[in-house]
Amino acid sequence: MAVGAEQTRRTWWLLSPALLTVGFFMVLPMVILLVFSFMEADPYGGVDPGFTVEAYVQLLFERDFDDTLAYTGIYLGIIWRSIALALVATVGSLILGFPVAYYIARQNTRTQNLLLFLVTLPFWTNLLIRTYAWILILSTDGVIEQPLKAIGFLDGTLDMMYSNGAIAIGLIYTYLPLMVLPIYASMEKLDFRLIEAASDLYAGRYRVFREVIVPLSTPGIVAGCILVFVPSLGAFVAPDLLGGGRKLMLGSLIHLQFASSRNWPFGAAIAMCLLAIVMIALMLQARSSARRRAMEVA
Amino acid sequence: MTDAARTTPDIALPDAKVAGKASGQKRKGFEVGSFPGLKTWTWVFFIYLYAPIVVLVVYSFNANNRAQKWTGFSTSWYAKAFSNDDIQSATINTLIVASAATVLATAMALLAALALARGGRFKGSTASLGLISLPLIVPEIATAVATLSFFVVIGIQFGLLTLIIAHTVFCIPFAFLPIRARLEGMDDTLEQAAMDLYASRWKAFRYVTFPLLLPGIVAGAMLSFIISVDDFIISLMVAGAGSTTLPLYIYGMIRVGISPEVNVISTVMLLISLVFITAYWLLTRGDDHTVH
Repeated sequence: MAVGAEQTRRTWWLLSPALLTVGFFMVLPMVILLVFSFMEADPYGGVDPGFTVEAYVQLLFERDFDDTLAYTGIYLGIIWRSIALALVATVGSLILGFPVAYYIARQNTRTQNLLLFLVTLPFWTNLLIRTYAWILILSTDGVIEQPLKAIGFLDGTLDMMYSNGAIAIGLIYTYLPLMVLPIYASMEKLDFRLIEAASDLYAGRYRVFREVIVPLSTPGIVAGCILVFVPSLGAFVAPDLLGGGRKLMLGSLIHLQFASSRNWPFGAAIAMCLLAIVMIALMLQARSSARRRAMEVA
Repeated sequence: MTDAARTTPDIALPDAKVAGKASGQKRKGFEVGSFPGLKTWTWVFFIYLYAPIVVLVVYSFNANNRAQKWTGFSTSWYAKAFSNDDIQSATINTLIVASAATVLATAMALLAALALARGGRFKGSTASLGLISLPLIVPEIATAVATLSFFVVIGIQFGLLTLIIAHTVFCIPFAFLPIRARLEGMDDTLEQAAMDLYASRWKAFRYVTFPLLLPGIVAGAMLSFIISVDDFIISLMVAGAGSTTLPLYIYGMIRVGISPEVNVISTVMLLISLVFITAYWLLTRGDDHTVH
């Protein structure tokens, strides 16, 4: 279709409200956040004028009373814990979700639609509420402990709350649908005759799985892993409620700096680190999908 | 079918056994591509997904005043929650913000979707799409603190207005995606026909495109509404003192100590989400096959 100058102008007019809104209230704030990360902290919240890289220095070093810098691993530790927990959540969702995506892809269209609906339904309910439900389940005298105590299986408490495990369970629970859907989408296109062919050629179940099913659903697996990893990394609700604010992750650390610690530049600097990690993850995905496309062409 | 394909029975027999599914007869206990425990695993998966929700609803009928410990059935917490003034005002705030953000976001998303689906390919279409989907990619906590910083810089007072602005931004992609999916499934021959018959561009839109697009618009609006009602992290950063929304209220209650009132509000919010999403699903079911 030839696109005339008049039509182009109309297209931009139609686009402008959405683009200006996102640009003005989302991109500009990001730029401001970046600027904040290079400013001085105001002890009453907000920032003071003046350029400094203090916020980024704080990530690695602690300033002693005599102004010498001493290396501190606290914040790197939190970044590392965030990455580790996000990875655990990603692998956990993959293990839990992959067989389910495969099972759904093998059903007839009607059942497929119903099961997909059931997978996504909890995702659209309130994140806070879903996480809160896990407090009821995991807490002392909660849904798991109470019956165990009643039948005399348990004495004392299992102490499941406020642990890395509780956070991981919460994260997996929150983002699981984001793993199942893309894997299902790539499996749905998978030609099941290939699996039959492999079986005809005496491939055992394990080999069919490893050499046919997994390679053919790789795009979905990669997409699902990114979709779970990225929001897990910046999660605030799960570490806050299930980790009790003691097991900090990047999301809760950022919130803390803006809320009670009142060190906005430092919070902004951590947010920038989070965005950098997210961008690296997205770039890796783009690269792997480009490579796959190149291989398909070749 | 050619004669060569009609094989003699003694050749066809082992073939039919291995590819039982293809030839329409299944051998008991073996199906190609099936794995043991797959069904059980799927059951476990769905139990994991729904057990917490069931627990939440059941515990909203808990008689005890500490939510975690079950002591007996009671509906008294429902009466308490519904007569709670704070909950009522939080509900009103939530509805105001969600309605305003939904209307604004859906209107902008509709225009943008029309531009991107009907404007042909033009320089900047990919970038525009990227900008519109930006709120989906950036981690919520980063958006939240960035928006907070922005509002502080321009010196606006925190309240319902800041909530509406912030919610509108992240609702845009959610309103946009279903509308665009619907538009891409419709070809533009009907619009072209209307304009050939001397309908103005506006009339063609009003009487042809819009009615066909309506299910997509309603779906996008419902998605926006539910996303706005459920939003917590961004609201936490940009709400003012008098503009507490329901998720913020729930968060406050969870932090100070849990009473079954939280379960009651949660159950009600859960029900609202379920109704909306089910309606959304029914509305967009027909669009599924047009996406591919």
